[in-house]
Amino acid sequence: MSTDLGLQVQGIKDDYKYGFRDEMTYAFESGKGLTRAVVEQISEMKNEPSWMRELRLKALEVFWQKPTPQWGGDLTQLDYNDIRYYMKAADRQGKTWDDVPSEIKNTFERLGIPEAERKFLAGVGAQYESEVVYHSLREDLAKKGVIFVDTDTALREYPDLLREYFATIIPIHDNKFAALNSAVWSGGSFVYIPAGVKVDVPLQAYFRINAENMGQFERTLIIVEEGAQVHYVEGCTAPIYSTESLHSAVVEIVVKKGGRCRYTTIQNWANNIYNLVTKRAVAHEDALMEWVDGNLGSRLTMKYPAVYMVGKGARGEILSIAFAGKGQHQDAGAKVVHAAPYTSSRIISKSISKNGGRASYRGLLKVAQGAHGSKSNVVCDALILDSSSRSDTYPYIEIDEDDVKVGHEASVSKIGEEQLFYLMSRGLSEAEASTLIVSGFIEPLVKELPMEYAVEMNKLIQLQMEGSVG
Amino acid sequence: MSAELRIENLHVAIDGKEILKGVDLTIRKGEVHALMGPNGSGKSTLSYALMGHPNYEVTAGVATINGTDLLSMEADERAKAGLFLAFQYPTSIPGVTVANFLRHAVTNVRRPDRKEGEDLMPMRDFRKELREQMEALGVDGEFARRYLNEGFSGGEKKRAEVLQMAMLRPSFAILDETDSGLDIDAVRIVSEGVNRVAESQGTGVLVITHYKRILDYIKPSFVHILFGGRIVESGGPELVDRLEREGYDWIREKYPEAARDEDELEAKEAASLAV
Repeated sequence: MSTDLGLQVQGIKDDYKYGFRDEMTYAFESGKGLTRAVVEQISEMKNEPSWMRELRLKALEVFWQKPTPQWGGDLTQLDYNDIRYYMKAADRQGKTWDDVPSEIKNTFERLGIPEAERKFLAGVGAQYESEVVYHSLREDLAKKGVIFVDTDTALREYPDLLREYFATIIPIHDNKFAALNSAVWSGGSFVYIPAGVKVDVPLQAYFRINAENMGQFERTLIIVEEGAQVHYVEGCTAPIYSTESLHSAVVEIVVKKGGRCRYTTIQNWANNIYNLVTKRAVAHEDALMEWVDGNLGSRLTMKYPAVYMVGKGARGEILSIAFAGKGQHQDAGAKVVHAAPYTSSRIISKSISKNGGRASYRGLLKVAQGAHGSKSNVVCDALILDSSSRSDTYPYIEIDEDDVKVGHEASVSKIGEEQLFYLMSRGLSEAEASTLIVSGFIEPLVKELPMEYAVEMNKLIQLQMEGSVG
Repeated sequence: MSAELRIENLHVAIDGKEILKGVDLTIRKGEVHALMGPNGSGKSTLSYALMGHPNYEVTAGVATINGTDLLSMEADERAKAGLFLAFQYPTSIPGVTVANFLRHAVTNVRRPDRKEGEDLMPMRDFRKELREQMEALGVDGEFARRYLNEGFSGGEKKRAEVLQMAMLRPSFAILDETDSGLDIDAVRIVSEGVNRVAESQGTGVLVITHYKRILDYIKPSFVHILFGGRIVESGGPELVDRLEREGYDWIREKYPEAARDEDELEAKEAASLAV
């Protein structure tokens, strides 16, 4: 295994500890570029039912028709013809880590996944390039009817469930990248929590891109039945290359009456990755949907997790942290749509930009007519660490109902000279003082994470901050 | 090594304007000095310049701590060298607890050669010591978990400063108007805290104040009057009583040149406040 950290690659931060890569021979790869034949081949290899094959081909047409969005980050350097849309590293999926090819297993060992699984997870899925190479679920949960498999397996083993929900929350026409994902999707998680079942420890999926010029298009579908509860966590990393890779996922979630779902992302892609993801949940009566979204890596992220509150009393919460360093643009935010009475939402967004990075908050708050008694509170705070960095806020508010309570606060601050001086006068170096100020800034979010992830998040922030003060 | 904080002919400017025009002051280990003077005389400038605030430019003069040059050091190095400043207006740091901050500070100051990222002081030892110091200062246990200075009352902020002093055990401490905004009970409690630390550590203390009342609790052996950017009078506690009785008029008459500078500084401060 090569451990080239790519330190010499220009324009890439030198403190990314997940940047190692594996020398890998692939069981199959589609080659560069996207054609009808590639899509047909993916579907054929997966032995899919015809409805899915047709959905893919229709989505491909939509992808070709829709223009590349101009309103977010800069996508002009993204060359769709220079991407490999499907790569398969292992012939089959492991039920134990020993079944997983040793190079891949070593990679996940280095990322700490098996260890986390032993310590505090109820189930794990591990995706490498296009396919999920390992999957597990605690036995007692399986006995209760909980399903946690990769989405390809779900299509074979639970075709009716999949057909009922697939592409209903995020239709193929939704946006260009949702269409792309629908055409070439592979892997991702399928989670089904039966009515009344509460999964008390997190399920985790881990996504790893290893190859250069790779496109990863996982597709995740989570169904939380009435009164059920789940916490799903995803993490992602990739090696550093000088050319661009693309990660474009679609995540659809349904939370039924009184159910609760929390979806936590710690996105730490290498800085050559375009991360263009569509995530949306529908919350029914008295359901609670929470997105906790940490964006630390990638070259450009465009991601706005959404909650559509369609049942009376539904709640949506979106907490996001974005960290934009050198050469990075985090265009992240949130969407909440109040489509029923007495629904409530809360958005807290915190961004940090340094070394020329750019962090944008882009949010939509929509209250439909008839969603009376609803309330929403939006807070977005930005911290800028130096004069070469940038922060923007794009809040969109559409309210078609009179009886609502809406609050919106935004703040932008620079690390204060007085704060730095105060901490330094107590013996903290400038770098330590900055790190402490940043960790304090994101504290309200980090404390929402389970302990293990809070520790990890703090470590990541420390890594990001190292060498940031000149 | 001479155990003293020594300031010679110190000139300090802010934005190119000279505020301190040659200050001389020596404080030896264990001594308590008071520095008094009207608004705008340069008292806070002296404390900020000694602690190393980047906006305060030292244009001439020397300052040493225990024989080591202070002026070439960054603020954190000055803290490690044994200097402490209790701020008049401590800044709040949202999201950072008093305990977390202090553990970093105490570790660095007690182990000046610690490299970044190396272990902090063991949690158990730190907590025990912090609890003892908080009890001695009459501070509620909850205090350690609050965010540093955020939402603190005036009295809480000053107690937090003295708590930091107690934990950092400096060899020299400057208290910049630590009595301002405090009621008489709070002045007493905070002063007792300072005395306790100073006595146990042999700390040399410089009390900067407008008022006599804190000096009833922290009793200075030496009193200096800063006027027009320099120390014009030095003496014993009798100076405090004279200022209390007569104000600064006799100083103005005795030092007309300093009085002109003082008026200029005051006018400047008034103008900057009016903006």
